[in-house]
Amino acid sequence: MLTRREALIGAAWAAAAAAAIPATPVMAEVKADVGALPRQKVSLVAPPFVHDHEQVATGGPKIVEFTMKIEEKPVVIDDEGTALRGMTFNGSIPGPMMVVHEGDYLELTLVNPETNEMPHNIDFHAATGALGGGALTHINPGEQVTLRFKATRSGTFVYHCAPEGMIPWHVVSGMSGTVMVLPRGGLKNDKGEPVRYDRIYYVGENEFYIPRDEAGNFKTYESLGESYDDTLAVMRGLVPTHVVFNGKVGALTGENAMKAKVGETVLIVHSQANRDTRPHLIGGHGDYVWEEGKFANPPAKDLETWFVRGGSAAAALYTFLQPGVYAYVNHNLIEAAELGATAHFTVEGEWNDDLMTQVDAPRPIATN
Amino acid sequence: MKPTTTKLAGVALVALAIPTALIGLSQGMQLPADPRVRMAETVRIEPGSFTHMQPGEFLQDSRPAAAPRVPVRIRRPLEIMKYQVRLDDYARCVAAGACKPADAREAGEVPVTGVSYRDALAYAKWYSEATGEDWRLPTDEEWAFAAGSRFRGDIEPLEVDTANPARGWLSSYRREVDLARKPDPQPKPAGSFGVNEKGVADLAGNIWEWTSSCYMRVTLGPDGKAIESAIENCGVRVVQGFHRTYMSNFIRDGKSGGCAVGLPPDNLGFRLVRDNSLGMRMARWFRGGWIAS
Ligand SMILES: [Cu+2]
Repeated sequence: MLTRREALIGAAWAAAAAAAIPATPVMAEVKADVGALPRQKVSLVAPPFVHDHEQVATGGPKIVEFTMKIEEKPVVIDDEGTALRGMTFNGSIPGPMMVVHEGDYLELTLVNPETNEMPHNIDFHAATGALGGGALTHINPGEQVTLRFKATRSGTFVYHCAPEGMIPWHVVSGMSGTVMVLPRGGLKNDKGEPVRYDRIYYVGENEFYIPRDEAGNFKTYESLGESYDDTLAVMRGLVPTHVVFNGKVGALTGENAMKAKVGETVLIVHSQANRDTRPHLIGGHGDYVWEEGKFANPPAKDLETWFVRGGSAAAALYTFLQPGVYAYVNHNLIEAAELGATAHFTVEGEWNDDLMTQVDAPRPIATN
Repeated sequence: MKPTTTKLAGVALVALAIPTALIGLSQGMQLPADPRVRMAETVRIEPGSFTHMQPGEFLQDSRPAAAPRVPVRIRRPLEIMKYQVRLDDYARCVAAGACKPADAREAGEVPVTGVSYRDALAYAKWYSEATGEDWRLPTDEEWAFAAGSRFRGDIEPLEVDTANPARGWLSSYRREVDLARKPDPQPKPAGSFGVNEKGVADLAGNIWEWTSSCYMRVTLGPDGKAIESAIENCGVRVVQGFHRTYMSNFIRDGKSGGCAVGLPPDNLGFRLVRDNSLGMRMARWFRGGWIAS
């Protein structure tokens, strides 16, 4: 009789075998001159930060190399100490952002340490063919794989794990992230004029489905395999127990609040690999918003709330005009306030009385 | 300008609560206590004076102002529960049909949590009837007096800039961050947070306590002390603990409202004071006389 772990690995092997057939022709199509391109090795940083990158590309296309280690581990997702049996790209939820320019090649080495329980892979929405690379990247614990794809379209794109038979479970356990492919000439506004950002923040939104015991308390499990049946039952109800930014309720508040100054332009990339969401900056706007995240389309202007389709990432550019503490929320406010989808920006600078002023402070109602 | 006080929010039941069903009770006669009721351990604090940071929100010249610090005198000995009301004590009130079940996080000998101001009032009423004594929530001043060195008050902004309100918001936010208080939601057994210099236990731990004081918004005169006008909203009560905050009287979980910027209480609970005031003694005598006649 198979243990759960063996059964799950078995399912993945079957998928890997099926994928092996188209694999050979794909490999054969790689052009010989790619090998001659310059290479750049990039160290990833954990969200909400993004590794250093050029906004306007200098020089021609190159191969940008990244390495990510898959970490399966319990992850505390709220102040109550609720633990998710997490599966992560590089240890963070969401996985780190990878930035390249259009025409570059993104080359990822994915490592699945032997201490892990599950097989994993990666499906890049930015890539073309082989299930976004999913069919070429199945790796069991103790294996690694390297995939290269050409970034042919600019924009912000989700990536996620997609192992046959258990895709949604891996995704809602934390395995998603974002690739940003910048136009070689950088971002342009609706009139085609160049725009730049002083800071970039990457807000990954995840929803979790944590099983409860008879008393209504969140359950913990000894292993991923043991958590599977109960978690799947909650997932099928489609009602998440947590909706969070950066992997945890309050992960982007307090000492981890995002920072900016009046006059600075911030690019906020918001990804959700599984479910629709609607970011909103309370007291601010989106000056230029690529709602679908694709930079070949002109950005929408002056948005109050933008819609992020499940399985996509949006980019919003905003220049802060007023100092203060801003809440950045999923504007389903129940999800924001009760389930966790709230972040904060602290913005320093001078107050603009012309934009807003309290004409008359609260006082007893005037009687004449 | 003459001080004006306006009462808002008829929702809130003011805590004068003359117990209604004290059949057979008369002045000087000790009611045999309900054997199921555990007599709370209390601490008696002798009268005294202290300087108190006033509760509420203060405006001066249409701008947020620091809360005035005013001398306060507690004129009678204060008899306050040494510990917060325990979950098993509260369960007796629930069993008697006088209290709604709490949204408590755990069972056992921990303080009751997940209770609103209204729940605390219901408990005080039941406990008074069961013991034949007058128990009520402390006022904000009484709590602060009992808390002594454990009283922190509101987390006020470090900077007030009349031209830039954001400085106040940012500096309060920074102050809360600098306090570096991590959420601590699990209730702990009575006594876990130790006693203060007055012998009162578990003040300013991970349970915030309801008081009977109402939220006030006060406009101060030019001296920053005299009250020009004040609005009292008794639908919102003063809550005391690690810091002082204000909650609507039906809230049981101070953490809901994650949008709001601010330090949320880990838990809401309460402790009571035994009321030995002249008014209460007279009321007791009066009730006795009234029932006897
Ligand atoms: Cu996976």
